[in-house]
Amino acid sequence: MKESYYISNSCVIKNQKVFKNETLVFESNEADFNAFAKATYKNLQLEYPKFFKMDGLSKLAFLASEFLLSDKNEADNIALLFANKSASLDTDLKHQESIQDKDNFFPSPAIFVYTLANICIGEVSIRHQLKSESAFFCSENYQTEFMLNYTNYLLQNQKADKVLCGWAEFLNDDYQAVFYLIEKQGTKEHTINEIENLFK
Amino acid sequence: MKNVFIKQTNCITPLGFDVASNWNAIQNLQTGISLHEQFGAFSNIYASCIPNSKIKENFQQIEKSVDDFSRIEQLLISVMKPIIDSNGIQPKTALILSTTKGNISALENNDLQSAFLSQLAKKIANYFQFQTEPIIVSNACVSGVMALSVAKRMLQMQVFENAYVVAVDEVTEFVVSGFNSFQAMSDEPCKPYDASRKGVNLGEAAAVVFVDTKPENALVEIIGDANINDANHISGPSRTGEGLFLSIQSALKEANITTDKIDAISLHGTATLYNDEMEAIALNRLQMQQIPAQSMKGYFGHTLGTSGLLETVLLIESMQKNTLIVSKGFVNLGVSQPIQITTEIAKKDIKYALKTASGFGGCNSAIVLKK
Repeated sequence: MKESYYISNSCVIKNQKVFKNETLVFESNEADFNAFAKATYKNLQLEYPKFFKMDGLSKLAFLASEFLLSDKNEADNIALLFANKSASLDTDLKHQESIQDKDNFFPSPAIFVYTLANICIGEVSIRHQLKSESAFFCSENYQTEFMLNYTNYLLQNQKADKVLCGWAEFLNDDYQAVFYLIEKQGTKEHTINEIENLFK
Repeated sequence: MKNVFIKQTNCITPLGFDVASNWNAIQNLQTGISLHEQFGAFSNIYASCIPNSKIKENFQQIEKSVDDFSRIEQLLISVMKPIIDSNGIQPKTALILSTTKGNISALENNDLQSAFLSQLAKKIANYFQFQTEPIIVSNACVSGVMALSVAKRMLQMQVFENAYVVAVDEVTEFVVSGFNSFQAMSDEPCKPYDASRKGVNLGEAAAVVFVDTKPENALVEIIGDANINDANHISGPSRTGEGLFLSIQSALKEANITTDKIDAISLHGTATLYNDEMEAIALNRLQMQQIPAQSMKGYFGHTLGTSGLLETVLLIESMQKNTLIVSKGFVNLGVSQPIQITTEIAKKDIKYALKTASGFGGCNSAIVLKK
């Protein structure tokens, strides 16, 4: 008999609001993403200076993960499957700006490193010491069925104990994070319908 | 679980527009890396670039309306056409695209829309009339190996019947300026694992493999794979090679073979100090230091999201021909622990082979192939 999997917890960040398991847990008046991210960070009472070096995409993915993972190093083997539409285009535009004008040419390694979408996975892995399976995918909209199947593969084949799935879209200060943790215990079943409900 | 096989491959590099010409070129130790006196704002850059004229000439044989397709789209269509012609597309055929930067040079012309990876994938999917939505893997330098791993897993889950895994990346001012700002670029042809290595040469290429659950006429079977993060640093590999160590260990466990069964290893070998050292440490921790190993960066440069897939294509050729690939640019061992870098063409019966890759963000991938 096939094992059943469940959505144990979810976190949605959009419109200056953070929802955990569909309940509003934090709200800020800050319209600018960086200011909102800083307010959320303070609300979580974090002490993690690296946060302030991150680009917008990494800050978004980091914060959404923070609501779902323990504040200590994770003992479980938790895989990270993140996805979005814009990859790292928000930071790509900043790097492009630094090389567009030959007379004002100032590419920086601190920006260039964030021109890879999967850096946000690295940031979350470091924060929670997750030496685990991970992958970053791009698509116009969240590929619910594909992500469900990939998650089930990892759990069925003992490649992971739990899987943190996340849509982390960030471009020109427009942002949306929809993250959820899949485990072998819970009440909300891991189905296409339940995942799609999180996006509503 | 279904078994998953690689049935056919193709690649485009400065050394040739098919697998045979690339194989022959590397047997003669030819390289695509050359000196570019001027590259955008940079002078005297060593890189492996495909001449525009060759891309156009090749594409014109496939499609008359050349101007409707960007350079990167021409590369993708050119590499895929021959193997799609022979294997076809069914309702449950997947298109899995691996790329780090896609059509990033569109940003130079203020064309944000064309820089979305989904735009590029959609154009290719529509051109060949795929009936499934493309899957795009953009996971830094492991993308090519990871895309193959994703294909295998989705075929095992019976989500798809078969898949085309295709990879592409170009040498652009965007990446040249970035790698240069990291001071990661070599001012001479790269020398993976050599004592005098100075860093990376960038390269561009396209590669494709057709993956299927039916074993008839298979080249190799994919028998294990893993993609495990270092959780250590975003722009440098783990000093202990932890993520690579765990990835190889997990892939071998799934393959159900011991390390001594592996006959040849195709490593990442970018020729940076840290990458090559990390790989030597990981192999020693696994007691795989005696197995013939090589990097192909000396032939093609670092082709980013294509590298893992391109190198897998040539590793499969090496398995078919029972011939070890020479690690071009290597003379004296320059890592702190012993590894067996191939320096001369040698015949060897290669039944099992390992392909690995590592990249920014702490990512690592490993895949085990069986002939």
